[in-house]
Amino acid sequence: MKPFTLHDGLVAPLDRSNVDTDAIIPKQFLKSIKRSGFGPNAFDEWRYMDQGEPGMDNSLRPKNPNFVLNQDRYQGASILLVRQNFGCGSSREHAPWALEDFGFRTIIGESFADIFFNNCFKNGLLPIVLPKAEMDALFGLTEHSPGFRLKVDLPAQLVMRPDGHAIPFEVDAFRKECLVNGWDDIGLTLRHADKIREYEANRRAGQPWLFA
Amino acid sequence: MPKTLYDKLWESHVVHTEADGTALLYIDRHLIHEVTSPQAFEGLKLAGRKPWRTSSIVATADHNTPTTHWERGIEDPVSRQQVETLDANIREVGALAYFPFKDKRQGIVHVVGPENGATLPGMTVVCGDSHTSTHGAFACLAHGIGTSEVEHVLATQCLLQKKSRSMLVRVEGPLGRGVTAKDIVLALIGRIGTAGGTGYAIEFAGSAIRALSMEGRMTICNMAIEAGARVGFVAVDDTTIAYLKGRDFAPRGEDWERAIACWRTLVSDSDARFDAVVDLDASGIVPQVTWGTSPEMVAGIDGAVPAPEDFQDPVKREGVERALQYMGLTPRTPIGQIRIDKVFIGSCTNSRIEDLRDAATVVRGRHIAANVKLALVVPGSGLVKSQAEAEGLDRIFTAAGFEWRQPGCSMCLAMNDDRLNPGERCASTSNRNFEGRQGAGGRTHLVSPAMAAAAAIAGHFVDVRQLA
Ligand code: SF4
Repeated sequence: MKPFTLHDGLVAPLDRSNVDTDAIIPKQFLKSIKRSGFGPNAFDEWRYMDQGEPGMDNSLRPKNPNFVLNQDRYQGASILLVRQNFGCGSSREHAPWALEDFGFRTIIGESFADIFFNNCFKNGLLPIVLPKAEMDALFGLTEHSPGFRLKVDLPAQLVMRPDGHAIPFEVDAFRKECLVNGWDDIGLTLRHADKIREYEANRRAGQPWLFA
Repeated sequence: MPKTLYDKLWESHVVHTEADGTALLYIDRHLIHEVTSPQAFEGLKLAGRKPWRTSSIVATADHNTPTTHWERGIEDPVSRQQVETLDANIREVGALAYFPFKDKRQGIVHVVGPENGATLPGMTVVCGDSHTSTHGAFACLAHGIGTSEVEHVLATQCLLQKKSRSMLVRVEGPLGRGVTAKDIVLALIGRIGTAGGTGYAIEFAGSAIRALSMEGRMTICNMAIEAGARVGFVAVDDTTIAYLKGRDFAPRGEDWERAIACWRTLVSDSDARFDAVVDLDASGIVPQVTWGTSPEMVAGIDGAVPAPEDFQDPVKREGVERALQYMGLTPRTPIGQIRIDKVFIGSCTNSRIEDLRDAATVVRGRHIAANVKLALVVPGSGLVKSQAEAEGLDRIFTAAGFEWRQPGCSMCLAMNDDRLNPGERCASTSNRNFEGRQGAGGRTHLVSPAMAAAAAIAGHFVDVRQLA
């Protein structure tokens, strides 16, 4: 996993609540058995005018001019602003894969759905929760200042606006450590292999039917 | 200290705790389907790792499988490749049980686990699928996980988790005639919202929950995720134990007696404290119908589509406006005047035998309305299908103009050929009414099986209590 420490990037706004993972990456693209290549189909139904299917040449498809991420000013954005309950619905990890492949490194919003939130950390994508007032201000700034950028400092847990205003955010200590170091958590867990074996042996002795 | 059921399930699975409270939880049952597992098996192989305990695995192909013409196999090459990849992966690593495409026990993973007794009380159950919460009906700690976590569980038999807060949803009182578990859970989501349970583990309790069958409890726990909670569960009682007795992977003989003693402890202590409590009066719940693009956008059958100006919060108001536009609905339209094009009875929410019986009771001796282009019944599994056929339900449905299909996820998410065309409106017993969920541009209204059947007959939503 790519480590995440400091990130400075162009900001794009997606000003709606309850954006579900079906919208982030529609099901027809879930037939792939790969982990990569989902970026061109991120937000497919909103982004293109036609109906997307796997295997299409996405560069030839008509884009929806009204979809915010299609606007010239947001091309190359790596920070996405969202509202409440972002990533709700299906547990598909294809959603963070698609966002990451699209070029996002961090998503800042008022709240996230649990499974999506968790999946982000496994893919070097940092989800940040900020209070509504800060989000309102960020949406305003993004809209009114072309080329608006933010700096995200994970070690210091700060989102820094160009005007010097620094917004603190919370992150679990363990998740932060994994992300900052780019650690593979399977490797970390396997350090406890003896403990797992011991737990398993006790469980098998106490409730053998669980191991049928 | 008194404990909640959640505390008990959690504490009995902790292998190790990090300084910040992140715990390593042992996983008893790992359910696997074709869509969210290929990258996990590949990752495992690339890292040169072996699966930890393959006897924890129960696998089936469900999302991509066709529901007609099984003799032709899976015609879509991309879907076929995904299902074949699952075949190859399971063949290579092994499993407690595998129900491949066309097997007589194949079906939706959340139907197959419980009906084979592979979901047992007190287990931690995971699957790369958000509706894993379904298994909570058996007093399991059942999590939906992402593909990286599928790989993590394969490699370590553990999951990294932070403990959630606890919520008690207490549903008391008798349910009215024609009102089902689906209506309870839709009414709950209407009340607390799709993010209302975010960060919580929900225990469903109260006399109305106790009175439900295991099928009904599964329907409720299935949609805990639609209320934002990753896990939802119900304590063990006689209904749980009676359901499990004699199932294939359930314990037998002396083990059965020992297991029961163990399972009886899987209840919240009477003085346990919850971080939040929600009370619902079951007798006040009427059959529910969603009108929007989120399960919280729901009304009673006696209600009407709301108007955006009914909502104070500007973000919500805009969401409602967008939903009404997508759904092609005018504010204030009575729910009973919404006409439908298709009907889907199926999905891990409502495709069990009891659901099919409920729908068949409404359909018996009647015929679907002329404006209904397609009405599908897709049993949750091969076992449900054969049981229904033994009871003659298939003939009731086909005589009424329904199509009787092979088991699978089908039009719940439309990864196979069963889908809505743009603009088509569907009465569906599934769990998600998101934009495009049942096909790009399709319009989904979530209802109970009885309400879907009633809508098929009437051609529009109708109060099933008036049909009977
Ligand atoms: S029936 Fe629908 S919700 Fe259930 S597992 Fe299949 S696709 Fe998911």
